[in-house]
Amino acid sequence: MRPRLSLRHAAQRLEGPLLFLRRSVEVGYNEAVEVVGADGAARLGRVSAVDGEVIVVELLEAGSGLNLGETAVRFHGEPLHFGVGPGLLGRVFDGVGRPADGGAPLPVERRLRIDGLPLNPVARATPRDFIETGVSAIDLMNSLVRGQKLPLFSGGGLPHDRIAVAIARHARLRGAGTEDFAIVFAGIGVPHDTAEFFRRSLEESGALARSALFLNLAGDASTQRLLTPRFALTAAEYLAFVEGRHVLAILTDMTAYCEALREVAGARGEVPARKGFPGYMYSDLASLYERAGCVRGRPGTLTQLPILTMPSDDIGHPVPDLSGYITEGQIVLSRALDRAGVWPPIDVLPSLSRLMKDGTGRGYTDADHPALASQLYAAYARAGQARLLASVVGEDGLSDADRRYLDFGRRFERELIHQDAPRSLEDSMRCGWRLLAGLPRSELTRLSDAQIAAYLGGEAS
Amino acid sequence: MSRATITSISGPVLHARCAGAFAVGEALFVGAAGLLGEVVRLHDDFLVAQVYEDTTGLKPGDGVDGSGAPLSVRLGPALLGGIFDGLLRPLGGDDSGADAGLASPFIAPGQRAAPARRFAFTPAVAAGQRLAGGAAFGFVAAARRLCCLVPPGLAGEVVDIAAAGDYPDDAPLCRLRDAGGTVHALAMGQQWPVRQPRPVARRLPTDAPLLTGQRVLDTLFPVALGGKAAIPGGFGTGKTVLLEALVKACSADIIVYLGCGERGNEMAGALEEMAALVDPKSGRPMAERTVIVANTSNMPVAAREASIYCAVTIAEYFRDQGLDVALMADSTSRWAEALREVSGRLGELPGEGGYPAYLGSRLAEFYERAAKVETLAGETGSVTLLGAISPQAGDFSEPVTAHTTRYVRSFWALDAKRAQARFYPAIHPLQSYSEDALAVAGWWGEVHAALPALAVETTEAAGNDWERLRRRVLSLLDEEARLERMARIVGKDALQPRQRLTLLCAEVVGEAFLRQSAFSENDRVCGPQRQALMLRTLGAFLDLAEAAVARGATPEAIAALPVLRRLQRMGEDIREGDPAAFAALAAALQAQLGGLAATEGEHAPAP
Repeated sequence: MRPRLSLRHAAQRLEGPLLFLRRSVEVGYNEAVEVVGADGAARLGRVSAVDGEVIVVELLEAGSGLNLGETAVRFHGEPLHFGVGPGLLGRVFDGVGRPADGGAPLPVERRLRIDGLPLNPVARATPRDFIETGVSAIDLMNSLVRGQKLPLFSGGGLPHDRIAVAIARHARLRGAGTEDFAIVFAGIGVPHDTAEFFRRSLEESGALARSALFLNLAGDASTQRLLTPRFALTAAEYLAFVEGRHVLAILTDMTAYCEALREVAGARGEVPARKGFPGYMYSDLASLYERAGCVRGRPGTLTQLPILTMPSDDIGHPVPDLSGYITEGQIVLSRALDRAGVWPPIDVLPSLSRLMKDGTGRGYTDADHPALASQLYAAYARAGQARLLASVVGEDGLSDADRRYLDFGRRFERELIHQDAPRSLEDSMRCGWRLLAGLPRSELTRLSDAQIAAYLGGEAS
Repeated sequence: MSRATITSISGPVLHARCAGAFAVGEALFVGAAGLLGEVVRLHDDFLVAQVYEDTTGLKPGDGVDGSGAPLSVRLGPALLGGIFDGLLRPLGGDDSGADAGLASPFIAPGQRAAPARRFAFTPAVAAGQRLAGGAAFGFVAAARRLCCLVPPGLAGEVVDIAAAGDYPDDAPLCRLRDAGGTVHALAMGQQWPVRQPRPVARRLPTDAPLLTGQRVLDTLFPVALGGKAAIPGGFGTGKTVLLEALVKACSADIIVYLGCGERGNEMAGALEEMAALVDPKSGRPMAERTVIVANTSNMPVAAREASIYCAVTIAEYFRDQGLDVALMADSTSRWAEALREVSGRLGELPGEGGYPAYLGSRLAEFYERAAKVETLAGETGSVTLLGAISPQAGDFSEPVTAHTTRYVRSFWALDAKRAQARFYPAIHPLQSYSEDALAVAGWWGEVHAALPALAVETTEAAGNDWERLRRRVLSLLDEEARLERMARIVGKDALQPRQRLTLLCAEVVGEAFLRQSAFSENDRVCGPQRQALMLRTLGAFLDLAEAAVARGATPEAIAALPVLRRLQRMGEDIREGDPAAFAALAAALQAQLGGLAATEGEHAPAP
């Protein structure tokens, strides 16, 4: 970052995160700036509008302590870049890519624009490699593949962090040993204990040496949250597409990111769309989520596991709603299952993996895997109907078939969803067949006769 | 050309001081990189423009060049089998992705001219002949035989024409002298302003369906060739999977697939699949009948606004060659959001949901471009528009869905409940409708009439079998919804046997007919004859089951019959072109249902 121009005594107004400067230098839209106050500390920002007289700078770090008289602004002459190089792994950075572990500065091999560029759809390779996470509700029902972006839709107090850590620890290709996944963790407005939980868990499992952490804590400037995932993903892209690694990027909490976006949009006086969030939030989120994928002819892949907390558990809230339209599915956590002591409390009905079709079945996992998952889905949905009916007319008022579905639903949650230790896909499938054996054969319309004969045998009594 | 100088810039919107005349809608080249833009407003000697690319680095004082023409695209044989961005610049074709630098598989802003490609040309006219606008002056052998058209609005006498041979697609091949004596050089391709519909001789009434290969659509909620359909659904309800299934299976000659704010991985998957699939009609790769316009969700948002017009202009261009074209737009909500974003930056007063007040009229303009027509050259062609909608939180009362319902004739509502049970396609039969059903009833009636009747069918029913059976299935599903509500209060056992039978039949109809796996070898696509046979087999089942219950058999006894599983899996198990299998199934139905009589232990209602 070589500052090109600087401007002193030009500040006219300071309103929240926006700094208005008299224009007397040639600067371009979206250029990076550093704002230096009387305290000597540099704060990152960018040019958010420019006309003949005024430059509007959006401060991306805390603006407190700035005054109009002594504020100096340095212009980078280019958008924000992140200097990356070998040695990213094993390091801890702050929310804007500065080492926060007391270690030496990162050797810079390439300077990459943190906004990235859109990946040409033609250059993408279709993600097809099944990742075994050890979680039955994901492996069997909503399979994750390398290069996918699959968020966890959670709520306050639900164990999304534990699930993310469990996935990060276990994730591997089938048949391989522990797959060498590099982990990029972006903590966006997370409390200190959450960040510490991730760091400690990665350390305990020995994964810290292949992880890079970017931490914007809850106490840090909220506008900086707009940068943290971009720095983290720039590092992840470098690891994946330059160093050729398989990268798992965990971004938490995307809701805090969206709130920061709303804060800045509000300060700019923009017309809000829904719940005060800006109308371009879809495009903005896409500029993060779409950075997952595989590139033809490159060995590395970038898989994203964003975590977002749904305000009031509302899946229709703009944050989960817009995310769901961009990501390739979602894993939804359920408070009811959590209360019932089911771990991981994954509600499979609203959960979905869009890329499952590309990475499962013959040649990928098991020829019968897709049919089994589809039948389990149909049966569990039917169990939900039976449960609803039972809550009205009582269990005694149910038909025999409905009672069997009710029982299936209970066992599905306790035996298949719940698990005390990571499971292989084969174990998950065996468990699935065992549960289906309790249902009338004639109802299993998603299975072929051959599948029924091979796995279930004759009619259950 | 006129020039202007940027005075201010914010996001995709810039203001500039003009030094020359500009027109609203005129295409612009902005800055040193020549970013594409369009004039949206003029006042005094200032213009306001939207830029279709990332404006990072632009600064006051940078130059803006006018192009002198409205935003136009180049239409020609090079479109077929190609993939383009929202402004119709090629995305594929070069192998720059193999380069070692990180930047190469990514799209940098700036001009990318389409490289000229060579095609074999055959003249169709001779010097001295008179040609009107829209007429063909020659043919090109691209992925399929295409016409070289005289641009609409031009007419005159052929001065000379190139001999047969290979030519680049931008080389002048034919010279035409118009009435005023001006000579125009015509190439294989032509420029056309995207926001202007291409003219036609006249519109024709729609009478044939666009076959989609999906039973629930073709039989229950058909869309006509030249019709327009909306597919609203919350996330995860299967919009994209359904649209991709239609891209692969629908009966149009040319498919234009618009990924508007779409996922990059899904586009990559669609491309890969399309390259591997073979079009059953022509025996050629499926990709060759397809044009893909991709503006993925991370590509510049303003180009998303233009992409929908580019796509429909391409569709009209192929229609003018006398072809049936289907345009799939996924999703029109992203287009509306792009409209909203630009409108917000222009400081316009927001209407409902922050969308500009002209959202409704823009949607109307777009859907109005769907039509079956007689082209200027006297041929018949059609453009069918299928638009996905992504309503916020799956709420169909939001502005984009609400406005769209006013302009489309087929409405395919996707249902989250069905999608959660992996019941695909998750079309909700009670929320969906089709106004085209009447128009295509004659076509379907003939399909049914041409089939041999199943032995068990009562032949007395006169009139259109398709209409009768379709009505029957729809009213059955309607009745089911009512009874389900009732059962939730009184319990299923308290219902009358006939009512319990209705619930059973509706379930069978769902499993046997409405559900269709996009990944099943046999059932991915369902042809019209097989659909008709399945519908008739179901009709026979309904008759037989009702008769059995009238004789005193219980619905539970019917549910326990082994033939029911065969019936519910007929889509998966019986291939195309096997009417004997349906006859056998119908016979089995008759044998097993006909054998049922009053059972001793009639199921007593629960105490």
